[in-house]
Amino acid sequence: MAQFAPLLRKDQRPVRYLVVDDSVFARKNIMKMIEMFGGEIAGEAGDGLTAIAEFNRTKPDIVLMDITMPQMEGIEAVERIVRQHADARIVMVSSVGYQENILAALQKGAKHFVQKPVKPEVLYEILRYVLGDDPNAAGAPVALAGEREA
Amino acid sequence: MRMELIQPFINAADAVFAEALQAATRIGDLSMDEDTYRRKGVAALIAIKGDIEGRVILDLAPDVAMRVASQLAGAELPESEQTIRETVCELANMVIGNSVTLLNDQGFRFKVLPPEIHMSEAGLAGSVDTEAMVLCIETPCGEIYLNIAMHYLHRRRREQASVPALD
Repeated sequence: MAQFAPLLRKDQRPVRYLVVDDSVFARKNIMKMIEMFGGEIAGEAGDGLTAIAEFNRTKPDIVLMDITMPQMEGIEAVERIVRQHADARIVMVSSVGYQENILAALQKGAKHFVQKPVKPEVLYEILRYVLGDDPNAAGAPVALAGEREA
Repeated sequence: MRMELIQPFINAADAVFAEALQAATRIGDLSMDEDTYRRKGVAALIAIKGDIEGRVILDLAPDVAMRVASQLAGAELPESEQTIRETVCELANMVIGNSVTLLNDQGFRFKVLPPEIHMSEAGLAGSVDTEAMVLCIETPCGEIYLNIAMHYLHRRRREQASVPALD
């Protein structure tokens, strides 16, 4: 399995993620990748409405948001979150990757888009990029997993 | 049966399975089927409505679904009906999502309904008297079947045909 240098905040604490997807299976897969990147799960949600509530409750560093979900779709949830929290960092994660969808998500305030099936190395690079302009995040590898004790 | 509507689903399925399973896949038997679809394992049916209409059924045996789930999770998972259902659903979502991306970028507009999972013995409702293409994709986890029935929406085509051409 590929090794990834941990993505850490500037205070050296793990980056906290909110994972939003109506598929429990997809959430587990994403959470497994977050673990590989040295991150921490702040919360999870299965629809847009719950995502907004969880965002307000957990104040995550990054949101990984599916698009097609029951009750409220991901793009509407992005719009509502960004309206209240202009500095929210949201990455769309969806199997539906046509241009219209991507543009709509970016226009509503998403920072990036990754298409399913998600490759860990692609998601890692996107997270590095998105964290790069976050004042709380290092956005760059600090140490390879297991190297800090060495 | 319009191959230009079917091909994006075949291409997307092949690419998604190869990517998700991190292994080479092979498209095996192709056939046409007009009978009510009888599932081979656990089936996810996804309906499409819009400029083009139809449905796609993704079907795999429970043991194949478990092997796929373990491959995706990177660890051996204990067998459970929930894991099987979620795996079939997620695979269907990925295949349809990627196909829709290809078709949408070609200018077609349509809505994809959420997948319905079928595990009962009855034939699948919505698959009666529908000419469909059935194909088998061979993967290292086992065989995965796709049953695709897709056509242009005639009303929409008539509307488009009735619009006078502009000089």
